[in-house]
Amino acid sequence: MTATDSLPRTAGVYDVERVRADFPILAEKVRGKRLAFLDSAASAQKPRAVIESIAHTYTREYANVHRGVHYLSERATVAYVAVRGKVQRLINAAREDEIIFTGGTTDGINLVAQAYGRTALKSGDEVLITEMEHHSNIVPWQMLRDEKGIVLRVAPIHDDGSLDMDAFQALLTEKTRLVAVTQVSNALGTVTPIRDICRLAHAVGAKVLVDGAQGIPHIATDVQDMGADFYVFSGHKLYGPTGTGVLYGRAELLDAMPPWRGGGDMIRSVTFEHTEYAPLPHKFEAGTPNIAGVIGMGAGIDWFTALDRDGLDAHEADILAYGTARLAEVPGLRLVGTAPEKVAVMSFVLDYAHPHDIGTILDQEGVAVRTGHHCAQPVMQHYDIAATVRPSIGAYSTREDIEQLVAGLGKVREMFG
Amino acid sequence: MSDLRDLYQEVILDHSKNPRNFGHIDPANREAKGHNPLCGDQLRIWVLMEDGRIRDVSFEGRGCAISMASASMMTDMLKGRTEAEAEEIFNRFHAVVTGEQDIGDDATEDADGGLGKLRALAGVRDYPMRVKCATLAWHALKAALENKGESTVVTE
Repeated sequence: MTATDSLPRTAGVYDVERVRADFPILAEKVRGKRLAFLDSAASAQKPRAVIESIAHTYTREYANVHRGVHYLSERATVAYVAVRGKVQRLINAAREDEIIFTGGTTDGINLVAQAYGRTALKSGDEVLITEMEHHSNIVPWQMLRDEKGIVLRVAPIHDDGSLDMDAFQALLTEKTRLVAVTQVSNALGTVTPIRDICRLAHAVGAKVLVDGAQGIPHIATDVQDMGADFYVFSGHKLYGPTGTGVLYGRAELLDAMPPWRGGGDMIRSVTFEHTEYAPLPHKFEAGTPNIAGVIGMGAGIDWFTALDRDGLDAHEADILAYGTARLAEVPGLRLVGTAPEKVAVMSFVLDYAHPHDIGTILDQEGVAVRTGHHCAQPVMQHYDIAATVRPSIGAYSTREDIEQLVAGLGKVREMFG
Repeated sequence: MSDLRDLYQEVILDHSKNPRNFGHIDPANREAKGHNPLCGDQLRIWVLMEDGRIRDVSFEGRGCAISMASASMMTDMLKGRTEAEAEEIFNRFHAVVTGEQDIGDDATEDADGGLGKLRALAGVRDYPMRVKCATLAWHALKAALENKGESTVVTE
């Protein structure tokens, strides 16, 4: 890397107001109030570039891809296949054909569980996950356990929400064939020591699947440096459309895996006696894909990668630190998840009001937060709570959003305190 | 805050903070669990049926103000009622909180179908995401009455 490579692409300061101006929805009034959108961990809002990309595809360049020889099919195909390279550069994959388009993170994990898990794992083999996984990184392995007789092991978390690495290492043995772990906890915001996890797993011969759904919007990600064998994420949490996502897999592993879904686009030749599958990545992309969605995801990646990365990281760290400090001042509030390595999420409970009631009152103040178990019920069980309030931030979040949240919590106290 | 006061009326806050009939009655001959997968809230209902009437009913659980108040007010209201009467009240209640039936703000006792205090929960109709909170206890009660044993109800 030369000195100029490390310079921010846009000069100096991260201008959050310019970022916000890219998001039409942030100008909407909600229940007559300024919108404080603090629910990006559930799904990020979309910049104009993504919205216009989808409209552009359907207005000017839409037809099915990889099929027709006509003009529109060619235009759509060019735009569609270009996204693979954008994703490759985003996560620094070694090869473009290691990028498989999926419907999202859940889809990607299920693909690995079914195509890799069913063939590479046998009865008695162990899959190691953690206590902080999202249901989408638990249930596919339970389904595989019930079908194949694999053993599912769970590494616990400390009370601050960090991964218990001693316990993790004790559970990691030569029986462990796959480690499936999140990069960032969706309920707690904990950043896992993913490079260490990959190194330790590889030392016992296990492969690693990394759930990057919450990681990729907040942490610069290099799958080769990380050591991930599989890496999955969703387009919609990265400022792109819903119904889009990516499975990255090392080519050697993907090549050895059988296809998951059969159909059009994933074959080289078909007779009733025999079908020869297409090479990567098409082997895993049966059927007409989410064309406008994938192109829109590419527009989202373009928008995202044009941000000054150091500025973005510093900005999000500032909002997280500011929000954490302001929330800590609220009487009766307990933060859930206080790991030293944390991004984007400030889960909490109040000792005098239930998260759903808090969510309803905040909503009246224009503050959008997620309330509930966040599809991470084992995390809730760890803390012996049913639910939390989970404000979460994104590139467009401001201190004003935090102030609006804290003011809303004042209304909660008026009602319930 | 006037809108919110329609939802969180004093009687609801009172029942949620000091729930009536909270605990496990013994003897009981019907019980069920209620579970709202949306928020993870859970509660249990116990019923003592005698001669076709709800002699006693209680609940335990944790949840939001709406679900706790609804359970508390429900148990208060149903003591001494027959199964058919309980179902009739549930149907009226359900119609009101889902907004299928507008009972107005100054409905008489006749017009609200005998809902009484439960009318306080009518404000839920303006918060569609919260209807399941208000009906959780009722679904559990229905399961208890119908299955005559333990069952889990999922309000989805």
